[in-house]
Amino acid sequence: MSLQWPDISFQDRMATAEFRVHERAHIVVNSDSCNGCTTRACVVACPANLFIPTSDGGIVFNYEQCFECGTCYMVCNEEGAISWTYPEGGHGIVFHHT
Amino acid sequence: MPDFDVIVVGAGPAGSCAALTIARTGKSVALIERGPFPGSKNMYGGVVYPRILDALIPEWWNEMPVQRWVTRRSTMLLTDTQSLSIDFRSDAWGDAPYNGATAFRPDFDNWLANKAVEAGATLVCSTTVTGLITNANGAVIGIHTDRPDGDLTASVVIACDGVNSFLAKEHGMYPHTDAAHFTLGVKETITLSKDIIDERFAVRGNQGVDIEILGGTSGVNGGGFIYTNLDSLSVGVVLKLPKLAAQSKRPEEIIAGLKSHSAIAPLVEGGTVSEYSAHLIPEAGLKMMPTLLDDGLLVAGDAAAMCLAAGIWLEGVNFAMASGMYAAQAACEAIEKGNTSAKGLSLYKKLLEDTFVLRDHRKLRRAPQLVLSDRVQHMYPALITSVVQGMFHVNNPLPKPGLRKILKDERRRLGIRTIDLAKDAITGFRSFG
Repeated sequence: MSLQWPDISFQDRMATAEFRVHERAHIVVNSDSCNGCTTRACVVACPANLFIPTSDGGIVFNYEQCFECGTCYMVCNEEGAISWTYPEGGHGIVFHHT
Repeated sequence: MPDFDVIVVGAGPAGSCAALTIARTGKSVALIERGPFPGSKNMYGGVVYPRILDALIPEWWNEMPVQRWVTRRSTMLLTDTQSLSIDFRSDAWGDAPYNGATAFRPDFDNWLANKAVEAGATLVCSTTVTGLITNANGAVIGIHTDRPDGDLTASVVIACDGVNSFLAKEHGMYPHTDAAHFTLGVKETITLSKDIIDERFAVRGNQGVDIEILGGTSGVNGGGFIYTNLDSLSVGVVLKLPKLAAQSKRPEEIIAGLKSHSAIAPLVEGGTVSEYSAHLIPEAGLKMMPTLLDDGLLVAGDAAAMCLAAGIWLEGVNFAMASGMYAAQAACEAIEKGNTSAKGLSLYKKLLEDTFVLRDHRKLRRAPQLVLSDRVQHMYPALITSVVQGMFHVNNPLPKPGLRKILKDERRRLGIRTIDLAKDAITGFRSFG
């Protein structure tokens, strides 16, 4: 790679997308499964970086800035560790120039 | 009596074309959308090929919300330090009846849904469908929604609920879901002035460019793209899920890597990221397609994996629109004949088999796997670019080497076996020939 791209911060990047957040979390993570997980695929793959590993081997997550893509439950190899549904109608990600 | 003749779930291109087709026959149709407006949940990797709309909306080009008409189509190979483009331009694509256009999906999908509404469809937004209602025989007779008292019944339900299709999965239409059949698409919309875009991409007026890229994805199998909107660019990558999950670079870092390539940076620099977005793509074609119909149920669009990811052809919106339209025709015929069982709905399968929707997928059934294979992704771009470099590099006082010798030397240097090259060439020829 010949040029270094001055990239925007992740926070600024996420601030470009509109999220109409509902009070109910549409992602639920079963932390018992995460504690034994070594692959942590959701951590690297989630485009919104919603899954953060903790020092005690668990995963903290937030659902508010979710693109509703489905990557997390698709890459997760722990059956049932990530329960994922669509948020309530009218809520969640709202795209504009996509 | 059911509440509606047909309920269509999802107001994307499949759902709206279905609802439009049904409404025109005078039947009652509800079009249910979970977003606050049609298109609000949708993003893609760039070009709508609307030819199929000729059958539904005469001279659609006079009203469709277009960013630019694609008159330049490039396919680019990237290695870390090289690029090779095949760049095609056609003036004909810049005039009616046109070929492809860049468009923002929230604009395009909203426009198409409103065509269905104008024809008499009932559009219900901000409503998530949470499940199917079935009768004692297992036939689909309606939907549950997240509205209070939100159950609705219909003679036929058409599931156009997108790549994650919880309805098709709930009803057992997908025997298994394999993460390897999906890619993650991530994209930046980058604001730049129209003048700068026109200059950098050598286009004028409402002419536009679509560049599809092999390589430049930080070693993760997939691809990249750049295309022009009127006063912004869309730049992104698609990444095969298991490969993305098995390494340590995050999606936005992979886009940053693409944008920093010496062939890409001059196109995008100075722009401001105005929207970041992500979506899954059903990438495996025929191999991953679910059962397409059951008693009272049809599946269309991304929900039925009708997305063509065949390298030189990357299409989806056209497959969605056509499958939605054909599903609607089958639903209408079944209702008129009074038989909405799977057998009564079988016209859907026939219409798909008779047209590009399944014929393209059948012919190109081996292409998605080939295109995302390790050799095509990691070895052939390097082979091709180094052969071209060997061809154009002047190494005087040595005389020019023959092309065959360059190819042989580079193949050996990269450790590509002749047998594999031949096998892939045959697969490629059977798919694209």
